[in-house]
Amino acid sequence: MNRIIKIILLDILKNKIIIGYTLILGLLSWSSFGLEDNSAKGLLTILNVILFTVPLVSILFATIYLYNSSEFIELLLSQPIKRKKIWLSLFFGLSLSMVLAFIIGAGIPLLIYAADSIGIMMLIVGCLISVVFVALAFLCSILTRDKAKGIGIVIMTWLYFALLFDGIVLFLLFQLSDYPIEKAMVLITAFSPIDLARIQILLHLDQSAMMGYTGAIFKDFFGTTLGLILSFSLLCLWVVIPFFISLRKFKYKDL
Amino acid sequence: MKNLFYLILLFSSFLQANVIEVGVNKPIKSIKKAIALAKVGDTVLVHKGLYKEGNIVINKKIVFLGKDFPVLDGQKKYEVLSVKSDGVIVDGFKIINSGYGTLEDPCGIKVYNKSHVTIQNNILNDNFFGIYIQNGTNCIVKNNKIKAYGKEEQRIGNGIHCWKSDSLQVIANTVSGHRDGIYFEFVTNSIIWRNFSSKNIRYGLHFMFSNDDAYISNVFKNNGAGVAVMFTRRVKMFNNYFEENWGDAAYGLLLKEISDSYIIGNKFKKNTSGIHMEGTSRILIEKNIFEANGWGMKIQASCMDNEIKNNNFVGNTFDISTNGSLVLNTFNSNYWDKYEGYDLDKNGVGDVHYHPLSLFAVLTENNPSAMLLFRSFMITLLDKSEKILPSITPDNFVDKTPLMHSLSL
Repeated sequence: MNRIIKIILLDILKNKIIIGYTLILGLLSWSSFGLEDNSAKGLLTILNVILFTVPLVSILFATIYLYNSSEFIELLLSQPIKRKKIWLSLFFGLSLSMVLAFIIGAGIPLLIYAADSIGIMMLIVGCLISVVFVALAFLCSILTRDKAKGIGIVIMTWLYFALLFDGIVLFLLFQLSDYPIEKAMVLITAFSPIDLARIQILLHLDQSAMMGYTGAIFKDFFGTTLGLILSFSLLCLWVVIPFFISLRKFKYKDL
Repeated sequence: MKNLFYLILLFSSFLQANVIEVGVNKPIKSIKKAIALAKVGDTVLVHKGLYKEGNIVINKKIVFLGKDFPVLDGQKKYEVLSVKSDGVIVDGFKIINSGYGTLEDPCGIKVYNKSHVTIQNNILNDNFFGIYIQNGTNCIVKNNKIKAYGKEEQRIGNGIHCWKSDSLQVIANTVSGHRDGIYFEFVTNSIIWRNFSSKNIRYGLHFMFSNDDAYISNVFKNNGAGVAVMFTRRVKMFNNYFEENWGDAAYGLLLKEISDSYIIGNKFKKNTSGIHMEGTSRILIEKNIFEANGWGMKIQASCMDNEIKNNNFVGNTFDISTNGSLVLNTFNSNYWDKYEGYDLDKNGVGDVHYHPLSLFAVLTENNPSAMLLFRSFMITLLDKSEKILPSITPDNFVDKTPLMHSLSL
């Protein structure tokens, strides 16, 4: 399995897009930290990168890579290797390269300019988000053989999580504002990995505001160690579940 | 000339004052006895030791002096020291364990309807009320260290409690663990200067119906609900620190029904709300720093004719919030770190007006749960378009001369 991961990693590196992504992340982070005298704005830029750019690049790149390596996968399948092994190696190869890109691009400036609980939280959350969206890419690309359709699905998925979901939540909030929905809202965030990530960072970044009325409810939930563990395990579930569905499909798929 | 000399000699014989010493090794062992023996103008000097004499009443004009902090213990039963004469000086005692009672309000030190009393350099520990000035004039409370261990509001009194008084000076005291650190009700023409009030259960400073006062260079930190100034006219609030007052009903500074006052040179840092204003009018808020608060200022629609100028708003989650669309206050020449305009003529003033009220601040005011969506990309988009074309937020909520660089305050 390690050899396949190595082959895939080298292949991804050869294609240089990941290096470009790393450079762009680095440029964004360094310049945003360097321009402002307080690190808060730099953190906000990286927050937006985590919530916006990282998911998009992870999910798109992984999907396209999977489609393009379909011949390579077929070749591997003709060898005496288990299907599970092939699929897992692909997943590890892709996630590893995305995580590495994030750590080198955004992680280093984060650790230099904001090496406190917020910075470290952002680093961990950014890595997790990368992996979550690689897993989602695996799920989407296994759904259809048609490349255009697959990429379409992926872009929809990204749009849904990055924009639509929050729109729906906002709509619900105002439609149901007469009811005590705070606790239900906490539950609803579990349905979007981006929201889970955002709230964890928010609790550290806007500590004072989060001590306010409803903030307190969220803080009581997410701010405690239990909440922290819970939201991180939810994020991990967002990796495990899509990937395992895709793995099951891949095992029985007629290629 | 000679006559004058005799005259001075004559008067100086009147001025002669005795020192009556109290202590374990002294002839007089009881404070009460010493006070009974003392004449007007005498000094009662108490040496180190533990004195459990119940309620000590000072009913003549004497200097009541402690050496090496003798301990006066109220045994949780009595009011420790009652001052019932003008011009008394209480200096250098450690006063502990006053009684508890909601009807009597037993205190560490209480001044009853007197003037020119000075209470200084004392340590008060675990009293129900700390120092209580009732209907006093020209009294000084200075350099006292007041500490209590209150758990709930109902079971503990205030650190320095001043009621219906005039011309008081409350200077350089440290108060913690009481209900309100410093409490002013019906107190006029007084000053609160260089005090440190922290970790009190309710307010660091509670201020009601007290006109023409000033509080300057105090630190209010980590109190249950911050500082409240209510129903008062002509208050001056200069150079104070309001820090880390956190909670759903905690404010750095709560202003309610205040008029004709000045808030200048203060620093509001890490509070849930820096300033919360309600029914406030004709106030000048100038040269303050609002830093890392949840809400820099919450200005309710019931406020009018307030002027907010030359302040720094840095790193707040929301700079300003309001609950209505009526705006009768003016914002001029503040520095907002969220300002994104430009300055073509390089005069340090932004060329584009700044709307400090964000759409999201209004949304959360109407529906607090919306806080959950803060910093989501969707919301940022909505906020941006609202900044350019205000539709939900009142468009006269505007700083026409926002500064490009923060003021050095």
